[in-house]
Amino acid sequence: MDQHLLSIILLTPLAGLAVLLFLPGKNKDLIRIWANLVGFGGFLISLPLVSRFQAGKPGYQFEESVDWIPALGAHYHIGMDGISLLLIMLTTLMGSIAILCSWNAIQERVKEYYAMFLLLQVGMIGVFLSLDFFLFYVFWELVLVPMYFIIGVWGGPRKLYAAIKFFLYTLAGSVLMLLGILTLYFQHHQQFGFYTFEIAELMKLNLPLGLQQWVFWAFFIGFAIKVPMFPFHTWLPDAHVEAPTAGSVILAAVLLKMGTYGFLRFSLPLLPKASMDQKIVQILAILSIIGIIYGALVSLMQADWKKLIAYSSVSHLGFCTLGIFSMNPNGIAGSVLQQINHGISTGMLFLVIGIIYERRHTRAISEYGGLAHVMPKFAIIFAIAMLSSAGLPLLNGFVGEFTILQGAFEANPIWAAFAVTGVILGAAYLLWLYQRTMLGQVTNGKNLTLHDMSAREVALFVPLIAWSIWIGVYPKPYFDVLRQPVSEIVQRVRPGYYSGPVQNASIPTVPSNGGAR
Amino acid sequence: MNFLELIWLIPLFPLAGAALMLFFGKTLDPQPVSEVAIAPGVEPIYEHGHAHHGHGHDHGHDHGHDHEHGHGHDHGHDHGHDHGHDHEHGHAHSPLKFLINLICPGMILLSFLFSAGAVWQLTQKAHRTAEVIQFTWLAGLPFHMSNGQLATFHIDWGFLLDPLSSVMILVITGIGFLIHVYSTGYMAHDNGYYRFFGYLNLFVFFMLMLVLANNYALLFVGWEGVGLCSYLLIGFYFHKRSAGDAGKKAFIVNRVGDAGFVMGMLLLMSTVGSLRFTDVNAVLHSGAFTPEVAGVGTLTIISLCLFFGATGKSAQFPLFVWLPDAMEGPTPVSALIHAATMVTAGVYMIARSSALFELAPITGHVVAIVGAFTAILAASIALVQTDIKRVLAYSTVSQLGYMFLALGVGAYWVAVFHLMTHAFFKALLFLGSGSVIHAMSGEQDMRKMGGLKDKIPVTFRTMWIGSVAIAGIPGLAGFFSKDEILWQTFSSEKGSTILWAVGLTTAAMTAFYMWRMMYLTFYGKSRVSAEAAAHMHESPVSMTGVLSVLACGSVLAGWLGVPKLWSIFGEGFRTFENWLLPVFASGAGEAVKEVEHSAGLEWTLMFTSIAVAAGGILVARYFYISRPDIPESIAAAVPGLYRTLVKKWYLDEIYEYLFVDGLCKGGGNVLGAFDRNVVDGGVNGAGWLTRFMATLSAWWDTWVVDGTVRLISFVVKMASYPVCILQTGRVQAYAFFVVIGVLVFFGYYVVR
Repeated sequence: MDQHLLSIILLTPLAGLAVLLFLPGKNKDLIRIWANLVGFGGFLISLPLVSRFQAGKPGYQFEESVDWIPALGAHYHIGMDGISLLLIMLTTLMGSIAILCSWNAIQERVKEYYAMFLLLQVGMIGVFLSLDFFLFYVFWELVLVPMYFIIGVWGGPRKLYAAIKFFLYTLAGSVLMLLGILTLYFQHHQQFGFYTFEIAELMKLNLPLGLQQWVFWAFFIGFAIKVPMFPFHTWLPDAHVEAPTAGSVILAAVLLKMGTYGFLRFSLPLLPKASMDQKIVQILAILSIIGIIYGALVSLMQADWKKLIAYSSVSHLGFCTLGIFSMNPNGIAGSVLQQINHGISTGMLFLVIGIIYERRHTRAISEYGGLAHVMPKFAIIFAIAMLSSAGLPLLNGFVGEFTILQGAFEANPIWAAFAVTGVILGAAYLLWLYQRTMLGQVTNGKNLTLHDMSAREVALFVPLIAWSIWIGVYPKPYFDVLRQPVSEIVQRVRPGYYSGPVQNASIPTVPSNGGAR
Repeated sequence: MNFLELIWLIPLFPLAGAALMLFFGKTLDPQPVSEVAIAPGVEPIYEHGHAHHGHGHDHGHDHGHDHEHGHGHDHGHDHGHDHGHDHEHGHAHSPLKFLINLICPGMILLSFLFSAGAVWQLTQKAHRTAEVIQFTWLAGLPFHMSNGQLATFHIDWGFLLDPLSSVMILVITGIGFLIHVYSTGYMAHDNGYYRFFGYLNLFVFFMLMLVLANNYALLFVGWEGVGLCSYLLIGFYFHKRSAGDAGKKAFIVNRVGDAGFVMGMLLLMSTVGSLRFTDVNAVLHSGAFTPEVAGVGTLTIISLCLFFGATGKSAQFPLFVWLPDAMEGPTPVSALIHAATMVTAGVYMIARSSALFELAPITGHVVAIVGAFTAILAASIALVQTDIKRVLAYSTVSQLGYMFLALGVGAYWVAVFHLMTHAFFKALLFLGSGSVIHAMSGEQDMRKMGGLKDKIPVTFRTMWIGSVAIAGIPGLAGFFSKDEILWQTFSSEKGSTILWAVGLTTAAMTAFYMWRMMYLTFYGKSRVSAEAAAHMHESPVSMTGVLSVLACGSVLAGWLGVPKLWSIFGEGFRTFENWLLPVFASGAGEAVKEVEHSAGLEWTLMFTSIAVAAGGILVARYFYISRPDIPESIAAAVPGLYRTLVKKWYLDEIYEYLFVDGLCKGGGNVLGAFDRNVVDGGVNGAGWLTRFMATLSAWWDTWVVDGTVRLISFVVKMASYPVCILQTGRVQAYAFFVVIGVLVFFGYYVVR
C-alpha cells in the first residue's frame, strides 16, 4: 500500500466527489453526511503517513512516477518530504473541519457546495505533492476554480467583486509564473536536449545569474500574490470577508501556504544564485517586515471582525516569508512550522467568527460586547485561539515565531528587531478585539439571547487546540521531520553553510545529522 | 524520597489544580461564571426570525442555561469596587465547593512541602545545584554564531535548583499558600470562585516554571505565562470596563518589555551559543570575555535588552504604568502577583544573570539609576494617593526600585534579600488592605475611612507591624534589607553618594506615605458612611490567621541577614548572604568586592536612615493627626506640583498620546486609508483601467474596425441601389426588358 499511499490520499476526495454527484440533490442531510465522511476519511487515510514517514531520510518518500504526456515531458510524479508531510496533514485536517463547520451555515445549493470543497481538497493536496512542474501547475490552477465559486456563490453581499478580484489577481500571478516555468523548460531542452517538467531534472540546470533573476521575479509575483506579501495583499481581506466561514478557514489555513510552499520548493532550490542575491534577499526581507508591521497596524483599526483577522494573516505570513528569506536552517524550519501554526490559529479564529456570524449575521465589532457573560464556552475557546495566535509560550505560535526570530537574527539583527514589534502589536489588536467583543457589559439586547456553543461546534476546536498544545509543549518531532528537507534547501542555496567550525565548548548537543551531510 | 530529582513535579501540582478547576470547576460550584452584567436600559431581543438558517441541530440545548441565575438578581448596578460582597444575594453554595478549598490551596501546600524537602536536601549537598533535564523542548537546527562557529538552537525542558531558585520557590509556594487560604475567605461571596482559583493555581505554575527553569527560553515561558495570568486576574471582574482596560494595558506593556527580553536572548544565543544558565555562566566565566568597561559592547547590549524586559515585568521606569492600574484585580491577586511574586521576576532574572551583568558595568549604572529614579518617582506619587490600594501599588513600584538599585551596584544577594522581606510585609499590607476593604463593604477611598483600629483590631495590629517593617524601623524585616541596600549603595565600588541620597530620601518618603495611610485609615475621627459602618466587621479567621502569620514573617524574615556590623550576632544570623553567595561569585570564586569603610561611618549611616524613617512617621503623625489642616494648605500652596503628583507626572497621558493614539491608532488609521486608497487603489485602478481600455476597445471595435466592415457593406449596398430599382419581381417587366434588350441588339446590328 505504501507505494500508492499518496495517490490514494490525493484521489479519495475525488472519488468521494464522483459518488456525491450521484446522490439525490434534495436529500441535504445525506449529502452532508457523505461529504463529512469523505472529509474525515481523507484525514484518517492520511494518518498512516505520520507513522510511516521516516524523518531524516534524504530526498522524497512514497514517490510515484508515471509518464503522463510523453510528448511534452510531463509526468504524474508525486512524493513528499518533511515540509509537504506537515502541509498535507494540515490540509486533510483543516479540510475535514471546514466541511464539518458548514453543516448549518450552508442551506442552498448544498450538493454543489460540497462538490466544490472536495474538488478544492484534491487541488490543494496535489499542489503539495507534485514533483513535476506541469502537474503542479494543473493543481495550482485547479484550486482557483472551486474557491472562486465558493466565494462567488455562497459568499456575502459583495461576493461577486471579491470572487472576481480573487480569481483575476491570482490568475495574473500564475500566468507570470507559467512564463518562468516555460523559460526553465526550454532552457533545459537547450542544455540537455530533451523536454521535461521534472523538478529534479530542472534542478540540474546551470543558469546565469541574470536569467535566474528574471525567472525568480516571475515566480515571485505568482507566489507573493498567493501568500500574500505586501503590497499584493488586498485581495485577501475582500476574499475573507465575503467568503463563507469554511471558505475563509481553508483560504487562511491552507491556500495561503501554497505561496510560501512555492518559494521553498521551487524558487530557492531551482534558482539558488538569484535566491542568494543580496539585493533580492534584502527587498524580500523588507517586504516581509513591512507586511508584519503594516498588517498588524491596519488590523488594529478594523471595525469588521473578519477583516481584522484577515489583516492579521498578512502580518503572520510576513513572519513566514521573513523566515524563508533569512536563508538559514532555523529561519526556514521556523517558517514551515509557523505556516502550520498559522493554519491552526487563524483557522480557529475564523471558525470563531463563523459561530458568532451564524447567530447574529453581522461581523461589526461594535455590535458585540460582553459576550463572555452569555457564552462562556465560546469565550474560553476564543481566548485560547487568540493566545495561540498571539504567540503565547506553550501554545504553538511561540515556537514558530521564536525560531523564525532566531533565524532572522542570524541573518540580520535589525530584521529581528523590527519583526519583534509585530509580536507586541499582535497582542494589542487581538486583546483589544477580545475586550470589545467578549468583555464588559452586554450593551446590545440581541446578544442576551445568544446560545452558547453546541457539541458539534466544540468538536471543531478540540483537535485544533490539542494540536496547538502539542506543538507548543513538544515540538521536537516537527523539527526532526523538518531537519533533513531544510538542510537540503540550505545546502542548495548556501553550499558551505554546514561546514563552518563547530562550537563544542559546553554545548550539550551538537547537530548529528545536519552537519554530517 | 529524593526530592532533588523530583523538582520538575513542583510546578505540576498547581498545574493539576488549575486544570481541575478550569475543566471541572463548574461542576463543583455551579454558579454563573459572572453575574450577567447588562448595561442600563438594555432589553433582551429574541432574534429567532431567521429560521431558514436552520439552528435546528444545536438549538435550545444550552440556551438560557447560563443566565438563568443572573436574571434573579438586581444585576444592573455597578459594584464600583473590586469586591462584590453582597450577602443578601445569598447564593446557594454547592456542597462540593469545599473541594475547591481543599484542592487549590492543597496543591500549593504540596508544592511547598516538595520545595522544602528539595531545599533541605540541597543544603546537605556540597555542590549546591541540582539540575533535572526532562526532554528537548525546542530541538532547533544549526546556526552560525556571531563568531562564525556552528552551534545548535537547542533548548531543554529542564529545571535547576540552586540557592537562588530555592529562595524563590519557598517564597512563591509559602506566601502563595497563605494567599490561597486568605482567598477562600475573601472571595467566598464572588461569582466565578472556581475560575479565580483556577487562574491563581495556573499563575503559581507559571511562576514556578519561571524560577525553576534551567535556561532563558523556559524562563521566558514562565515569564509570559505569569503575564497571561496577571491579565486574566486583573480582568477578573470583566464586566467592568476599567478591569478589562487594566488587564489589556498590563499585558501589552509587558509585551513591550518582552520584546527587549527576546532580543536579549537572541543576541545571547548568537554570542554564547546556548541559553542554558550553566553554559552561559561557564562561557562568561571562562575568560573569553572581559568586562566592557571602555564602551558599549555586545554583553552590554545583551544586558540592556534583558533589563528592558525586566522593567516591564518588574514595573520600573518607563514601563511601570501598568502596575497601579492592575489594582483593578481582586486584592489577593494584588498581594500575590503584583507585590510578592510576579513583579519580582525581573529582579530574579537579573540576579540569575549576575555573571553577565558583572561583565557589563555600564548596564549596572543604568540599572542603579533607573532603580533609584523609579523608587523616588513612585514614592512621590504615593504621597498624594487617596485609594488605599494605589498607595500600596506605588509603594511596590518604589520598593522594586530599591531592589534594582541593589542589583545595579552589584549587591545581588541584598536585592534578593529585600525581595524576600518585601514579599512578607507587602503581601501582609495588601491582604490587610483587602481586609479593610472587606470591612468597608468595598470602599477603597481613605478619605472615607478613619478610626478603624478598634473596629477591626487584628487587621489593624498586623498592618501596624507591616507598616513599621516597611518604614525601616530596626528589628523588623524591612530595616535589615533596606539598610543593607543603602549601605551597599554607599559603599560598593559601583555605588555613589548621590544614589545613596536618593535612596535615603525615598526611605523618608516611604515612612511618611505608609504612615499617612495608617493614620488616615485607622486613627483619628471616623469618616465612614453610615451604611458601611453598619456592616463593619472583622474578617473571618481564614483571613486574619493569614495576616498574623505574615506579620510574624515581617518581623522574623530580616533576622536572616543581620548587618556584619552587629557582630554580637553569630554567622547564623547571616545565613541568607552565605547561602546565596556561591550563586553570585564570579569565576575566580571570590565574592563581589566591597570597598573598605570604617565601622564608624557605617554606624553613622545606619542611624541616619533610622532617624529618617522615624522622622517620616512623626511628620505623618503631625500632618494627619495633630494638624490635619497642613496637608491641604500645602496642596493649596503648590497646586501645580500637587496636581502633577496626583496625575502621576502625566505619564499615562503622555504614553496614551504618543503610543496608543499616535503610533498605534493613528498609524493604523493612516495605513488603513493608505491600504484602501493606494495599495488597493492600485488594484482597483488596474481593474478600472482594464475596463476603460475594454470600453475603448469596444468603441473602436464597434465604430472603427466593425465600422470599416459596415462601411464597405454600405458602399456595396449604395452601389447596388440603382440596380435594385430594376429588380421589381414582375415577370412581365422582365419580359419587357428582354424584348427591349433584344430590340436594342438587333437595332445595333441593323444600324451598323
